[in-house]
Amino acid sequence: MTTLSPQLPAAQHPTARGTSRQSYVVADAITMLRRNLLHIVRYPGLSMFTILGPVVILLLTVFVFGGTLGAGLPGVDPAGGRDAYLAYVMPGILLITIAGTASGAAITVAMDMTEGITARFRTMAISRAAVLAGHVLGNTIQAIIAVALVLGVGLAVGFRPTAGPIEWLAAVGTIVLIAFAVSWIGVAMGMQSKTVETASNLPLILTVLPLLGSGFVPTESMPVGLQWFAEYQPFTPFIETIRGLLLGTPLGWNPVFAIGWCVVITVAGYAWSMAIYERKSVR
Amino acid sequence: MKTPAVEVHGLRKFYGDKVVLDGVDLTVAAGTVTALLGPNGAGKTTTVHILSTLVRPDGGTAFVNGSDVVRDPGGVRASIGLTGQFSAVDGLLTGEENLLLMARLRHLGEKRSKTRTAELLEQFDLVEAARKPLATYSGGMKRRLDLAMTLVAAPSVIFLDEPTTGLDPRSRHTMWDIVRDLVAQGTTVLLTTQYLDEADELADRIAVLDGGRIVADGTPDELKRLVPGGHIRLRFADAAVLDAASRLFDKSARDDAGLALTVPSDGGVGALRTVLDRLDAVGLEIDDLSIHTPDLDDVFFALTGRKDQSGRVDAKTKGTES
Repeated sequence: MTTLSPQLPAAQHPTARGTSRQSYVVADAITMLRRNLLHIVRYPGLSMFTILGPVVILLLTVFVFGGTLGAGLPGVDPAGGRDAYLAYVMPGILLITIAGTASGAAITVAMDMTEGITARFRTMAISRAAVLAGHVLGNTIQAIIAVALVLGVGLAVGFRPTAGPIEWLAAVGTIVLIAFAVSWIGVAMGMQSKTVETASNLPLILTVLPLLGSGFVPTESMPVGLQWFAEYQPFTPFIETIRGLLLGTPLGWNPVFAIGWCVVITVAGYAWSMAIYERKSVR
Repeated sequence: MKTPAVEVHGLRKFYGDKVVLDGVDLTVAAGTVTALLGPNGAGKTTTVHILSTLVRPDGGTAFVNGSDVVRDPGGVRASIGLTGQFSAVDGLLTGEENLLLMARLRHLGEKRSKTRTAELLEQFDLVEAARKPLATYSGGMKRRLDLAMTLVAAPSVIFLDEPTTGLDPRSRHTMWDIVRDLVAQGTTVLLTTQYLDEADELADRIAVLDGGRIVADGTPDELKRLVPGGHIRLRFADAAVLDAASRLFDKSARDDAGLALTVPSDGGVGALRTVLDRLDAVGLEIDDLSIHTPDLDDVFFALTGRKDQSGRVDAKTKGTES
């Protein structure tokens, strides 16, 4: 069995030197994406876990706290509190879902980094960016699926968006952008973590942000310091944009801030993870 | 003369205060097998990691196929393959998917990737397991897959870091056969090992690495000549006798667990008589005695043994620095 065929293919060396290597970045990123998608299919537990949390929070806030919280929203008839609160909280829940998938990205990346396969990738002529992009794109797709499923649960318990086709399209686009940006942060946090345990905990900070924004209660109801934080952190424009698109609340400058934050977060996450990848690569 | 496949001069590496490589010189001619032999912590893996661009050296130069590992890592990566000590396979994929992944990352093209994967599965006896998850693979199967993944693009220089550590004897021999076949096709192999028989079996040249330096370098036969007479192994009834005996022979090595003492000797009857006479003179009883003719174990023992061993520096046969 050990006889190797004498006509081994000549080593493919076009990637060896110079600029031709750049042209393989996209091809390599797609190959790495395919690998990550296969992982999602083979190991669905992690994906399921990222959906479970938001669904529990949704059901809890709507059916347990919803009557009271809804009655407290400005301009809401106390009798219709629960339905009003479901509508109010849904965009926040969707953002918690996206934030939660960062944890999945971090765990996947951290697991990869601790395994020999990453060392193998590093000895091959694969661009660092392609390896990271494979993770980010895989996680973005996973986040979109998670958001769709959580939204499905929302619709099932009575969430009724007023959006038309254009608004839906814009909402989906916004969600994709946010998921992409948050995935870069998740990947960077996974890179940063020395262990898989740290990687699963570090991104939890992101899931708290919708709570400290306009996700669950209007920011005007918060104490001054917290209100200041809530209004200037990225998740508030994210939530307000989704809320405006799905439910017709005033958008204002929120979409501009949302897109701006996405760009900033993406660039920061990219720079952060690349820097760590380089540092961990060449010891 | 052809460019050597691997050329290393004065390679140094520190981790904090700890000196891992302290000026390693090594040349591997194209198409040959060189074994880097040494005990745990000698710096074997670090050397291989520097040559495969995973770790950056702190000093010295290292070229693989004429490409500098620091200045042109891309050039190095294009012509090498590394199979490390720990399996570098994707545990969530099947064997076939692992090979396809490598073929795509080597840009073989979709059709060629599939045929190459099928070829390798066949050659490495993994056809039946091809579509099974890696969790069901044995250690030997994983190691074979690992090596197959390294060979997808037929690299001209292959680094094997302890390729048979942890394998059963049968898998070990399978691995050896694979290495021999690779070399028959002109591949250059640099392998690290702590097994002398492995180095003796496979290598054209052996470099003995200890404490971050090459302490000897030569063909297996040249190295065996360094320790002319092998040794005498004496076993005693208890630790007290062993203690007393070890004080008699200052170049001896103790094996406390086995209650044994290894005394270097030239293998002749005279040397044996001297040893027995000295033991007799102080009335020490031997339980068991065996005479070892020289093999690489003796070389290893002599070169990488106790720090006060005088043979350490004298034993150098290499003339690479001159």
